[in-house]
Amino acid sequence: MARTITFQQAINEALSQEMARDPSVIVMGEDNVGGMGADGEMDAWGGVLGVTKGLYPKYGERVMDTPISESAFIGAAIGAATAGMRPVAELMFIDFMGVCFDQIFNQAAKFRYMFGGKAKTPVVIRTMVGAGFRAAAQHSQMLYSIFTHIPGLKVVIPATPYDAKGLMIQSIRDNDPVIFCEHKMLYGVQGEVPEEIYTIPFGEANVAREGKNVTVVTLGRMLHVALEAAANLAKNNIQCEVIDLRTTSPMDEDTILESVQKTGRLVVVDEANPRCNIATDVSAIVAQKAFRALKAPIEMVTAPHTPVPFSPDLEDLYIPNAAKIEAAVVKVMAYKG
Amino acid sequence: MATTLSREDLLRAYRMMKTIREFEERVHTEFATGDIPGFVHLYAGEEASATGVCMHLNENDKIASTHRGHGHCIAKGVDVDGMMAEIYGKATGTCRGKGGSMHIADLDMGMMGANGIVGGGPPLICGAGLAAKFKKKNGVAIAFVGDGGSNQGTTLESLNLATVWQLPCIFVMENNGYAESTASKWSVACKDIVERAHGFGMPGVMVDGHDFFAVYEAAGEAVQRARGGAGPTLIECKLNRYFGHFEGDAQTYRGVDEVKKLRETKDCINGFAKRVTGAGMLSRAELDAIDKQVLAQIDSAVAKAKAAPKPAASELLTDVYMSY
Repeated sequence: MARTITFQQAINEALSQEMARDPSVIVMGEDNVGGMGADGEMDAWGGVLGVTKGLYPKYGERVMDTPISESAFIGAAIGAATAGMRPVAELMFIDFMGVCFDQIFNQAAKFRYMFGGKAKTPVVIRTMVGAGFRAAAQHSQMLYSIFTHIPGLKVVIPATPYDAKGLMIQSIRDNDPVIFCEHKMLYGVQGEVPEEIYTIPFGEANVAREGKNVTVVTLGRMLHVALEAAANLAKNNIQCEVIDLRTTSPMDEDTILESVQKTGRLVVVDEANPRCNIATDVSAIVAQKAFRALKAPIEMVTAPHTPVPFSPDLEDLYIPNAAKIEAAVVKVMAYKG
Repeated sequence: MATTLSREDLLRAYRMMKTIREFEERVHTEFATGDIPGFVHLYAGEEASATGVCMHLNENDKIASTHRGHGHCIAKGVDVDGMMAEIYGKATGTCRGKGGSMHIADLDMGMMGANGIVGGGPPLICGAGLAAKFKKKNGVAIAFVGDGGSNQGTTLESLNLATVWQLPCIFVMENNGYAESTASKWSVACKDIVERAHGFGMPGVMVDGHDFFAVYEAAGEAVQRARGGAGPTLIECKLNRYFGHFEGDAQTYRGVDEVKKLRETKDCINGFAKRVTGAGMLSRAELDAIDKQVLAQIDSAVAKAKAAPKPAASELLTDVYMSY
């Protein structure tokens, strides 16, 4: 039965249900329990923002705190995966990939291919992404494109509580390493989520809103901003079709291309920096595979090519907003060959 | 500890060391013909370390190796024919020609891979140790690390994590004196790598890595500790490599006749043979018979590898999730 819970609760529920179902699922990360070795309460934090809270009381030693040693424990999760476990490791912020990237892209991503198909590495690396938290340059980035670039990794960016639960369960059951990107500004977002266990397949985009005039492809938190823009534009009789990619590796090209065949116009909205991001990737695919369908040049709405600023005024300018998306849509609608 | 080795154990240890030596000497010769592609890092001279450690292990135990991984693979029981074919990049290779010398792995044998990244193995071995702990089958996990790798942050973090989590892990630091062309007596800040064990709250043991019996004894104690739930151990094996960092290395950084003298005075296989024949445990004739069999085995492996088919073009796109 569905009921309304938050994005954060949806992820917690997915972890808990999979841990109950499969004893090989273990959870680890900095402060994922909280209070380890101290004199006060255990499960004091349940992760820095509380996503794993309540798991330790239920599953005991299968929920593990780690030293602040991302190379060691992300690598340990990967090693445990090759040795038969299904670890879910938390890289607290995706920005911290810099201190453990080797274990992810040279080890986990390569094993299956490099070892001639004989290795399975069923590890999930949960990581917080995105701006808006006033967390500044080293805790706010959208680095999913870097992982999407690497063969052997799968990359998941849920936008709703429903998707977060279904995609997390799918991620845990997948036999390849999965980078699971959780936008920190979505944790409090509420939505209908079934209590039952369900999965959402990778590589299936969600058409979040249908429309005939402009295709808006987006992902993560930007889905909500794009839907806000689409609602505003509908008042002026511009109908946007809003597509949420949900996963960038694999990526659902068919849904994008079918939509562009219908609308003839494309706006891609991506919270990442503008070079070599998901927006440029989607644009390249559409330019190559649906060139004749296009009635206007593709528009991209992204963050600027700058680090994420701290000052709230500056950060708000940095993050793509509905007005910018609306302007891009109006621009492609107004284009006259 | 040495006295606990049966005749069969001694024969097995000798065959293992000899197989590694012959394999490496032969790869060295064959590499010079130009038939072997890429980078090859040879383990000749260090055989007592891999053998002394892996003699204690079973299929349930895991090891992670380095770029200098052939010896560890052989000692852990990886098929020699498959390894040779892999080094030639052939379809019959251990990794179907997709890994090469630096990435030979056989998960079924508990060999988690040679590794092209210095310091790549220790975190993975913490994971294998963690899995062993959950599976409760007394498994142990061993990372072989060079003196170069002993300076990597990944290694130091793993030493800490292994103690914090009380993992059944052993870190075997094979100090062959050189990280590529840089001497470990310059690049390792402490006198001996083993000193680092103390800082990470685990026992550290230093052994003469040319002495099979010394390695075997130290590893035996560490394995026993790990299986008994008493946590990790660091073992430093002081040893030497006979060839360059990689094939093609002219080794001008080494002293005049350095390798020649090492081969004459420190060779682990000669030392082993002298000791077991001197004590009357094995006869020279038995060892000669093994030498002959090993030579034939390596000859056959090379012939098979040369004759084996190359991977089919379709192999390029398999064993990886394709979303494009």
